[in-house]
Amino acid sequence: MELLLIIIAAALVNNFVLVQFLGLCPFMGASRRVEGAVGMGLATGLVLTTASGLSYLVDRFLLTPFGLEHLRLLGFILVIGAAVQLTELLIRRLSPMLHRVLGLYIPLIASNCAVLGVALLNSAASRSLVAALFYGAGAALGFGIVLAMLGGLRERLEHADVPRPFRGHAIAFVTAGIMSLAFLGFAGFARL
Amino acid sequence: MIASPLIGILVLAGLALALSAALVLAARWLGGGEDDAVERVERLLPRIQCAQCGYAGCRPYAEAIVSGDADINRCPPGGERTIRELAGLLGREPVALDASLGEASMDRVARIDEAICIGCNLCVKACPVDAIAGIPHAMHTVIERHCTGCELCLPPCPVDCISLVARGARVDAPSAATEKRGQGPFPHEKGPDPFFGSPPQKV
Repeated sequence: MELLLIIIAAALVNNFVLVQFLGLCPFMGASRRVEGAVGMGLATGLVLTTASGLSYLVDRFLLTPFGLEHLRLLGFILVIGAAVQLTELLIRRLSPMLHRVLGLYIPLIASNCAVLGVALLNSAASRSLVAALFYGAGAALGFGIVLAMLGGLRERLEHADVPRPFRGHAIAFVTAGIMSLAFLGFAGFARL
Repeated sequence: MIASPLIGILVLAGLALALSAALVLAARWLGGGEDDAVERVERLLPRIQCAQCGYAGCRPYAEAIVSGDADINRCPPGGERTIRELAGLLGREPVALDASLGEASMDRVARIDEAICIGCNLCVKACPVDAIAGIPHAMHTVIERHCTGCELCLPPCPVDCISLVARGARVDAPSAATEKRGQGPFPHEKGPDPFFGSPPQKV
């Protein structure tokens, strides 16, 4: 039950993109098409979950015993970089088509601050390994959902009669802002 | 006791070393060499997905080449040059293009008989290299510079108005499709154009 709550809290109530404003650059950059957005969401989800598990292990068994909590940032970035590279290898092996679609974006996941944010928030809240994994998965779920949603909205906007000054990225930002307002409706559903 | 900054450096360096070792191992296990070979072979192919080789596209053909199922001489659009480059990459002797796939068709281009074309747009969708220009319900034409003569536009055409002519042939030279005109099952193929009638006669 508590784990379900963690997932809902991370995915919807404290949605990383729309409520905490983390990971905005892939949110705007990879949401032109639904397909690309879903692929990006899946890849980010894989990285987020593995990275939150790995950084828990690094934090718990490497940094804390040596009293190096102040070096979490550096340690986590190392772990995330490795997780991204691993994900790229996996995707290339398992689905060359997806690799071709996402190729350029995969290394960019390393600079997605939502990934680092999840790791840092996990260690700040001193969650257990399972809770950390679920928090990461929930964050990934929320990221994927809003990415796909914005992708769909932007696909439709391309055919809409948008006033000239708002065309392109401007209307996308406005849309993202309205989505963010809508997600504030979840506020208070779960405390975490 | 060691000073704290030193511990930090050592721990992080150890972590980085361990992670990179793990990545190297993972790359060795996961990143098969075969995929790289397929990638490099595919890069030499024209990648217009014309499927004249008998495979669904350039990547399946590249896979077949790497696995040894197909010879390197099955790509008419690539012609001699592609065969030479593939032979160089794979360390084989260049061979002649497989004649059963049609002659080196880069010498020929598609030509649309503009009098017969009904603007159905089917050939535009079939063209792998976007060499056919035209919108629905308007006459289409072939951009000769881009056409590879792959013949993929021939089957979808409902009025058989596309034929292959020698590259650079005169535009007003009668094509095979024009000569066939009048024999087809469609009434509008007989006699004068149903929309514009016969051209005005000189008196």
